[in-house]
Amino acid sequence: MSDAESPVDDTADHDIDGGDEPTFDPNEPNTGEEFEAVDVFPDSDDFDLRPGADSCYKCSTCDTNCPVAEVDDDFPGPKFQGPEQWRLKQTDDDYGVDDSVMDCSNCMRCDNACPSGVPLSQMHNAARGEYVSEEMDKLSVEYWRNRILANYRTSAWFASKVPRLANVAMNFGPARWLMEKTMGVTAEREFPTFATETFREWWASEGGADGSRERARAARERRGEDPDADKKVAYFHGCYSNYNSPEVGKALVRVYEHFGYELVVPEQKCSGTPMFANGMLADARRHAEVNVSSMSDLVDQGYDAVASCTSCSMALRQEYPELFDIDGIDEVASHTFESVEYLRIHEDVRDAIAEADVDGDLATEFAYHAPCHARNQGLDRQAVELFRDLEDVGIEDVGESCSGISGTYGWKAEKYEKSMAIGEEMFEHMESAEGQTGMTECPTCASQMEHGTGYEIRHPMELLEAAIVE
Amino acid sequence: MIGGGLAGLTSAIGAARAGADVRLVSYKQSTLRNASGLVDVLGYAPGGDGPVVDPYEVIPDLPDEHPYRTVGVQRVRDAMALFDEVAPDYRGSHTDANALLPTHGGTVKPTARYPAGARAGLASDDRDVLLVGFESMVDFDAPHVAAHLEAAGVPFDVRGVTVPFPGDLRADAKITRFAKLLDTNADVSVRGRDRPARDALAERINPELDDQQRVGFPAILGDDDPAGVRAALADRLGAEVFEVPMGPPSLPGLRLEDALFEALDEAGARFETGNPVVEFDGDDRIERVYVEKNGAKIPQRAEQYVLATGGLVGKGVESDRESVSEPVFDCHVAHADDRYEWFDTDAFGDHPFARFGVETDHELRPLDDGGSVEFENLRAAGSVLGGYDFAAEKSGSGVSIATGHAAGEAAAEVAR
Repeated sequence: MSDAESPVDDTADHDIDGGDEPTFDPNEPNTGEEFEAVDVFPDSDDFDLRPGADSCYKCSTCDTNCPVAEVDDDFPGPKFQGPEQWRLKQTDDDYGVDDSVMDCSNCMRCDNACPSGVPLSQMHNAARGEYVSEEMDKLSVEYWRNRILANYRTSAWFASKVPRLANVAMNFGPARWLMEKTMGVTAEREFPTFATETFREWWASEGGADGSRERARAARERRGEDPDADKKVAYFHGCYSNYNSPEVGKALVRVYEHFGYELVVPEQKCSGTPMFANGMLADARRHAEVNVSSMSDLVDQGYDAVASCTSCSMALRQEYPELFDIDGIDEVASHTFESVEYLRIHEDVRDAIAEADVDGDLATEFAYHAPCHARNQGLDRQAVELFRDLEDVGIEDVGESCSGISGTYGWKAEKYEKSMAIGEEMFEHMESAEGQTGMTECPTCASQMEHGTGYEIRHPMELLEAAIVE
Repeated sequence: MIGGGLAGLTSAIGAARAGADVRLVSYKQSTLRNASGLVDVLGYAPGGDGPVVDPYEVIPDLPDEHPYRTVGVQRVRDAMALFDEVAPDYRGSHTDANALLPTHGGTVKPTARYPAGARAGLASDDRDVLLVGFESMVDFDAPHVAAHLEAAGVPFDVRGVTVPFPGDLRADAKITRFAKLLDTNADVSVRGRDRPARDALAERINPELDDQQRVGFPAILGDDDPAGVRAALADRLGAEVFEVPMGPPSLPGLRLEDALFEALDEAGARFETGNPVVEFDGDDRIERVYVEKNGAKIPQRAEQYVLATGGLVGKGVESDRESVSEPVFDCHVAHADDRYEWFDTDAFGDHPFARFGVETDHELRPLDDGGSVEFENLRAAGSVLGGYDFAAEKSGSGVSIATGHAAGEAAAEVAR
């Protein structure tokens, strides 16, 4: 059996289209229907964060999940950054957002910790956005450094035009020394390699959506399914799978087509993850508008969106509706899934794995790290639970510590040491694990894993492809 | 299994070991990180009689509606045996009698099992104690705790001192920060010099130590390697070292959570946290439940279900000004119509709300207001059950473990 119940037919009818609201909402005031809340802070904020602040009963469970507070004596932790700071701001007009909000790495682990459903990361994102827009010096090096890091897609787009040159230039010692001295971008890390052929270029060469439709139809016939079945997904590849690791995107396409899904690869920008983490909400919104617009058209046509990067799926399904009011955003959020998650819901992947075997370099032991952003989506166990039944392969979870890089965070010179201190526990656990190959869903976690251990890091889609695609 | 606390975890481990294909879903991280880490069975009989010496002798005399009566005393023993197997760092299984442990409020608590790290602190031990608190860690005021323990008549001398934790920690440093420094024995700055954290801490305490043979700390002595931290400090102090269990958030609770999830993994079960069960289909029988993920509702079908969502604090039982309810399956929760009858006016009185929860048949299946089984394939375990006051009885962990074990095994028997 699959991990969730398969929908009754092939059109994903488990899903809601304007169906009933969930009956259980821990964030709702539980004071009864006749009670009317008094509006104490009439024009307080763009986002209504009051229910979240009111729900916090200060148990501090969020603080025990914070990877930064565990190593940084100056960081006051998520309870302060969220509900406490929000309340301070309501009562004191002079109170600005504390600059420590910039030390939050936006791992979002606190969300999954809160027993009261306080939307901590939403509060942090809102506070960070306000800090950057109202308090940060727009002429400072830090602002521009953060802005350039956050807009990785732009740099990657340029680099992908001349990938070989970019690969040499970006890891050229003197240039990196200069970048650290002038921009505060650490010289300790290797820049990610740019692929000589982007995923989108490969996708076009494979015939794009038309090619996929034919291959998926053939797969459905081969599998004994209805050849006209409505199995359609839109792939949100994100920046990394496009520019740096197209092999992940290619594996996803082959695995999905194997199960009879036809794919489209719509127009898309950055998911916004690095922009949220740097408080660049206007940039994030600009990108989100493009993503939501192209995805919501497809959702209307019966497509679901899948992402191979857990931070991209997190952005589309949680941060977008929490931070932006864009037409169709809720429908896109409720139709977005991570790529392994989606297959586990709709297909009998467990059975397929039980019958499969692997040879080549992927027939090995893996040291698996669950990205923080996978945790909040309930996905931290999916790779381990799936692959532990796969012949010729071993997989070991290296524990619940954060990798420490958090996207752009570990690229900042002043945060590099902290990033490595957070990652230390993961490096040690990886080294004591049996495998010499790493696995994770998140591309920046992968680069930190590689940086700390020298291991090669693979994505679950690559192993799935090796196991079940002929 | 719906719920990731002690009841849900025990239930899932038991069912998986009995051969069932198990999936546990928990809305958020386990609430075990709010638990002291002490595992009690029964500390006080209803009416406040106690402390109870042997819980197993008292269980048969509990009221009929008490969950222990539903599952029976042998089940409690079997369940605790399972707990001992999956939590190897726990002590107390050598006897049926309760142990007496000092708490961070300075009281003495009867409990059935305690973490190895708390062992040297037993209140029945007559060796003298030095308690060490840290400046700015207001949850553990060592002189105050010591005075309370003396007033409680413990058979040893106890003194409390407060020292600054070495290094420039912020005033509201998190428990994980202390634990990390001690786990890694990282350098801390002491008067301008870098010293390893364990040495620096021992150097602060040594001048305070007279001839006490044991030294107690708030429970912050390591997360990854607490035994190593205790041993290192004991070596440097020349005394046994123990932790006093603390309130939330609690490292002993976190460590227990880790041990139980590891056992669940080893038993081959699958689990997922982060998304709530919000709806179900079914009438006399639950056909499927729906897990909500950012607006999408994912159906999950099982043959048998266990409801272990907690009580009023864990939100397995909810109340508003009109009524009390169980939010996932809307199982019946008996309560007076007039909410002024839900509580006693005495703060420490006999509050009816403390016993709110679902009533069940002898197989732990929730009953409706007419006394009929709500769903033939649903069992309930832990604090969502009514009929007992865990806070007054000190029975919370034991009831969760015993009813979780019973519900998990019964579900597995039908499902196989």
